[in-house]
Amino acid sequence: MDNMILSMRGITKEFPGVKALADVTLNVRRGEIHAICGENGAGKSTLMKVLSGIHPFGTYEGQIFFEDQPCEFKGIRESEHAGIVIIHQELALIPELSIVENLFQGNEVAKHGIINWYEAAANATELLARVGLSENPNTKIKNIGIGKQQLVEIAKALAKRVKLLILDEPTAALNDADSMHLLNLLEGLRHKGITSIMISHKLNEIEKISDSITIIRDGKTIETLDVKADGINEDRIIKGMVGRDLDHRFPPHEPTVGDMLLEIKDWSVLHPDDHSRYVVQGASLNIHRGEIVGLAGLMGAGRTELARSIFGQSYGHKISGVLFKDGKALHLKNVSQAIDAGLAYVTEDRKTLGLNLHDTVKASITSAAVRKLRHNGVVDDNLEIVAANKYRRDMKIKAPNVDVGVATLSGGNQQKVVLGKWMFTGPDLLMLDEPTRGIDVGAKFEIYEIINRLADSGRGVLMISSELPELLGMCDRIYTLSEGVITAEVPREKADQETLMRYMTQGKIQRRTVQQ
Amino acid sequence: MSQETLESDAPTSFVAQVRQAMGGNVRQYGMIMALLLLVGLFQVLTDGLFLQPRNVTSLLVQNGYILILAIGMVMVIIAGHIDLSVGSVAAFVGATVAISMQRFDIPWPLAIVLGLVVGVIVGAWQGFWVAYVGIPAFIVTLAGMLLFRGLDLMMLNASSVGVPDGFQVIANGFIPDMGPNTGYHNPTLLLAILLVVLFAVLEVRKRAALRKHAMEVPPLSISIVKLVVIGAAVLAFGLLLASYKGVPVVGLILGLLVAIYTFVTRKTVFGRHIYSVGGNSLAAGLSGVNTKRIDFMVMVNMGLLSGVAGMVFTAYLNAANPKDGVGFELDAIAAVFIGGAAVAGGIGTVSGSMVGGLVMGVLNLGLANLSVDSNFIQIIKGMVLLLAVAFDVRSKLQGRPSFIGMIMSGMNRSSSPLPTEVTPPGPEASAGERPESKVPVGSL
Repeated sequence: MDNMILSMRGITKEFPGVKALADVTLNVRRGEIHAICGENGAGKSTLMKVLSGIHPFGTYEGQIFFEDQPCEFKGIRESEHAGIVIIHQELALIPELSIVENLFQGNEVAKHGIINWYEAAANATELLARVGLSENPNTKIKNIGIGKQQLVEIAKALAKRVKLLILDEPTAALNDADSMHLLNLLEGLRHKGITSIMISHKLNEIEKISDSITIIRDGKTIETLDVKADGINEDRIIKGMVGRDLDHRFPPHEPTVGDMLLEIKDWSVLHPDDHSRYVVQGASLNIHRGEIVGLAGLMGAGRTELARSIFGQSYGHKISGVLFKDGKALHLKNVSQAIDAGLAYVTEDRKTLGLNLHDTVKASITSAAVRKLRHNGVVDDNLEIVAANKYRRDMKIKAPNVDVGVATLSGGNQQKVVLGKWMFTGPDLLMLDEPTRGIDVGAKFEIYEIINRLADSGRGVLMISSELPELLGMCDRIYTLSEGVITAEVPREKADQETLMRYMTQGKIQRRTVQQ
Repeated sequence: MSQETLESDAPTSFVAQVRQAMGGNVRQYGMIMALLLLVGLFQVLTDGLFLQPRNVTSLLVQNGYILILAIGMVMVIIAGHIDLSVGSVAAFVGATVAISMQRFDIPWPLAIVLGLVVGVIVGAWQGFWVAYVGIPAFIVTLAGMLLFRGLDLMMLNASSVGVPDGFQVIANGFIPDMGPNTGYHNPTLLLAILLVVLFAVLEVRKRAALRKHAMEVPPLSISIVKLVVIGAAVLAFGLLLASYKGVPVVGLILGLLVAIYTFVTRKTVFGRHIYSVGGNSLAAGLSGVNTKRIDFMVMVNMGLLSGVAGMVFTAYLNAANPKDGVGFELDAIAAVFIGGAAVAGGIGTVSGSMVGGLVMGVLNLGLANLSVDSNFIQIIKGMVLLLAVAFDVRSKLQGRPSFIGMIMSGMNRSSSPLPTEVTPPGPEASAGERPESKVPVGSL
């Protein structure tokens, strides 16, 4: 293998209970733009964390060679010293500091610990020119747009004499003009000999600028494609990303679809901080009783935001549109009203949004409806035990008793606790956001069975998932969401992974921004 | 693995059973042990003076107001906040009440009501800024510390204001003796016996509830041991007080408040929500908890209890003085943290804070009995706070989180329900492998 700047061989990374990467190989040629594609959770980000030393040497198996030298990075400082810089999707800039202060963060222009701001400013101007940013270096980061912030990040990497630049979803939060500028910049850097690795869900962009593509699926390298030589197009990439057989991973289910349960029309949501950006735009969807409806979309498409905006406006700004439940128009102003109206939202982020990890199993199960436990105004511990035990039985929660801390349970059992918590509120409609994330296969099957039972009991289910096979295996109808817009409604019979992926990556046909 | 096998995974050895009855709680157990050791140590060092009835009574009277503050403070801290203003607020309320009685001749029972109302208003003021404007409680109450100290000084104008005898009873009074002459204070003995009976009834009810819901009932021997220990402690304490003047009024107030707030924090929806908000306010919000309202109410309650403490202290000194309440907030906060509360919120109990407060109180009194220099007492107290919390942090790192409050209560709700060493997957799952300590899987 000649002229490889980076070679990762046989990388295996295990988290307790989950094999995130299994024998992954990644070879990147000097001076190319190398794209890494894969579904959410395929292991792309984990691989980059291994490379940059966030997962330090010794916590993974396999070898890394950078410029033909074996690497044993113990932290991000060491990988940066070698010339590998990673730019995360969540930018690591400090909003209250100026561009120049951010540029040299951790890499200060200093002698004996004293910063030379004159030299720093001069260097900053030069760096900013290289990324095509004509902004006063003393401007605070919070006062420039996200697109320009992304450029500052790249300039910051250049200040570190980067040889290999890793970008994780660099254009996810950018508008078209900014995306275009960024992609052009990457091409410019390629001419100057800087190698880039780009993780992206936007296949059109990948097709346009990358030289090679490595596809990762379920923690394994599937293939590495040479874009120019192999004549790669989007369909070919999609095939690599999803090419997985649907075996008997889903319990059989015959739906009995009843009346219309929930309907939203022309639903739009603005970003809570950036009031000029639509997170969801003009979305309409409906869910019948007894029906499991899927919501497919890549990360950042607005799936969670849509669900949470329905759930008592718990996300978003200036939510517009109408919501009908059982034919009646509702205006749900807060979560408590949404719960009273029979809505439940099971979060994708169990640990930060779903559970209080200090709680016992029983307290977790009853936490969204403690009022139901009141007996003469007093929380009745006996009622609580009865309720908690009912869901421990129904959901097959593997816990020695309901008094143990919920933090001691495995991910799958914690998820069942969260499902039990929302069942206890007595909902008609359950919005399940990534209900099987981070859960082993056995527990997944049990959760699928629970979901089917919920639908059979006349409730409606809106299921959000990044795993297309899961949606195809479980849902009666699937909506696809791309950049906040519902791009298609696909009935079960007509749905397959390629079709869904196409709609999910289609992007907004026309991007509108609101005047501030 | 089926549930049945898991349920039969009960600890077998007696030691293990005792441990489980303690809630697997090293910390709680440790703190009570430390308290008893301290008492024993001072008893020896002072040649038996320390446990003289008179000394024990003054332990209660001298620490009552700090313990009252600690009740409110632990709720504030569970909710994830802090209150630095309680000393100033207590002084402000004390001054208000004293002046209302001395200059405006308001009868003392009415003055007490006034003090409570002023406390609530102060709490509402601070709660408004914390909950609805979103200013960190540290800042709001730091401002309050200055603000209410200033008001206090302004009202008192550098002089003391005395309070009438009737009012002084709330700190210095005792329940009058009645009944036959037994050589002891009869109502106090009766109270102690009633308390023991209450504990026994609660324990029986707890066992019945467990049996009714087909849950694992700990062996009878454990319950009996627990009751004997608690009963003996209560009776011994009661006897001690009864051989002097009986229960001081402030002890009665404190006992009542502890009972009420233990009940509020464990048995009411409001109490549950305080733990939810402090443990994970985002999750609480998504579970329909009105987190702002909880924050507000917790601050209002702190204002109320600051008012109570302020009045008790004023009564204790027979007058409101300009420097009253200086440093109270630090004692109250120390009591709460020694009592096992977490700085980040979500964990803590009223009973734990009382133990924490008593540790500080016993140190103060015992060292003073030994005529130790008061400057040196400060140093010792500082070290105790540091070491107690260090012990807590260590045991949490080792996966032996605190379970403050389990042993005190004999009730079945563990109020700081961190995971114990109960291991669902298998016996080999050691503390270090608890799920939340793991690096989460997932993309960036």
